[in-house]
Amino acid sequence: MEKRKARAFQIEPQDNVATALTPIPMGGFTLLCGGTESTAEASEEIPQGHKVAVRPVRKGGAVIKYGIPIGEATADIEAGQWVHLHCMKSGYDERSSGLDIHTGEAGDISYTLTKE
Amino acid sequence: MPIIDAGKAAVKTLLYHGEKMRVEIAMELEKWKNLTWEGYLRKDKRIGIRNKVLVVYTVECASHVAREIVGKVNLADVEVIGFAGCTDNEYAIRLLLALVTHPNVGAVLAVGLGCEYTRADRLAAAAAGQGREAGHLFIQENGGTPGSIRKGVEMVCDMMERLKNTPRASMGFSDLVVGAECGGSDFTSGLAGNVVVGKFYDMLEEMGGTPVFEEIVEAVGLKNLLLQRAADEKARQELNFTYEKALDYCRSVRQYSVSPGNFAGGLTTIEEKSMGAFAKSGTKPIRGVLKVAMMPPKKGLWLLDSTPDPHFMQFGITNPNDNEGLMDLISCGCHLTILVTGRGNVTGSAVAPVVKLTGNHDTYLRMKEDMDFDAGPVLEGEKSAEEMAEELGQYIGRVCAGQRTKGEILGHKEYCIPYKYQDRGVALHNCALSAGRLQNIHSKP
Repeated sequence: MEKRKARAFQIEPQDNVATALTPIPMGGFTLLCGGTESTAEASEEIPQGHKVAVRPVRKGGAVIKYGIPIGEATADIEAGQWVHLHCMKSGYDERSSGLDIHTGEAGDISYTLTKE
Repeated sequence: MPIIDAGKAAVKTLLYHGEKMRVEIAMELEKWKNLTWEGYLRKDKRIGIRNKVLVVYTVECASHVAREIVGKVNLADVEVIGFAGCTDNEYAIRLLLALVTHPNVGAVLAVGLGCEYTRADRLAAAAAGQGREAGHLFIQENGGTPGSIRKGVEMVCDMMERLKNTPRASMGFSDLVVGAECGGSDFTSGLAGNVVVGKFYDMLEEMGGTPVFEEIVEAVGLKNLLLQRAADEKARQELNFTYEKALDYCRSVRQYSVSPGNFAGGLTTIEEKSMGAFAKSGTKPIRGVLKVAMMPPKKGLWLLDSTPDPHFMQFGITNPNDNEGLMDLISCGCHLTILVTGRGNVTGSAVAPVVKLTGNHDTYLRMKEDMDFDAGPVLEGEKSAEEMAEELGQYIGRVCAGQRTKGEILGHKEYCIPYKYQDRGVALHNCALSAGRLQNIHSKP
């Protein structure tokens, strides 16, 4: 089996996002869902383990994975887009909205030495 | 025969053999469910899958002597555990008591310095009360370090001799208590690792066994799903209380159980992480909530709440590390635990085997000597989660029958017993959480 082919895994048919099993470059990739394969287009690079939209989500709409809402879109999302902290947020965890979108690093704690 | 027909016949034969093989494999797979093995029968009627001697220190000052005793005896099933604090703590004592009377434990030597709160003599007495070989020594009364090590080695060797006569008893999956948690998770944990454990948990429950899962802080966002799984009204109240407690804690400290590494790895929200973690509970009804060191009152699926109870929650972190979570599961009588680890955690346990399972095939290849089970084929589309769960069941059966896990082979014998505040049972109406949200529970007698 060709393991490094760009692939994403959609857990439930009603999900509007899929998880990248490999890094996905811009362009076509294989979408796996319920034992079937189809092709889809990524409009930007998707890092491994991250989510790609498989259908559009309007701002304020629910991002669906595992068949349940895992958060709310904070911007309009088109199919093929990378879905992460920059375009969606948790319904619970406020702090996570302020994290660095690439590293997950928190910016709300100061690392400046305390001076007298 | 024309070439084309010969080709068709060959394909037909292959298909036939393929189908036959599939059926044979399925039958072979079913067999593990009837597997029995010879466990170690304790005088309190519990049956273990290992026959261990625990050397337990009751304060950090006694830890060197305890470790030296175990090092000098140098046998695979002689283990050291202990509690570092001088001041005792009800939670830690409950945890120690549960471990010294665990079914995998046949003998206990408690090693105290002699001036600490935690009482070595009383731990030994509790173990003896449950029919374990047990003794204690105080370093201050036995000639300090050298005298205590000598005496301790003698005592452990005597115990080992007596353990050779431990009666054996037949045991099967219906007698088994299994714990599961995840640690060092990545994107595969929710897609493969926990999914396979969930399928195995469904099978174990159907066989009459007792699966236990934990991590209520990773159920945040899934209240309805959690409550729908309650086996009865009491279980529903326990789950509701425990969920609200965890959510209240996360809100009050503005911190949820999701880390920078999780975000960098592609998880965006706690709801998303929770759903991946909750998958390991399978689909069966949840009988109720266990607290640390509490045996499941009946068979079936249970949630273990290992988080601190209010108001002591501000004291700190819900779970200090993965090993502590494993200890909590083991304290509830789990004969073995499953650690689902996408990134690859290597930890083991001094009291019960840890089966390390990864959903990440690359992690499996990179850490083959540590990982017991590769659930990666689910994501490669090579095997279904059901097939992998059957294979996991077979492997667990072999571990119960005495096969050493990777962690046991490599000598992983970790333990972690911290200070914590926790109520003995699910307190329901006793705890004052933030006003209003628990009113319906508070108003009940």
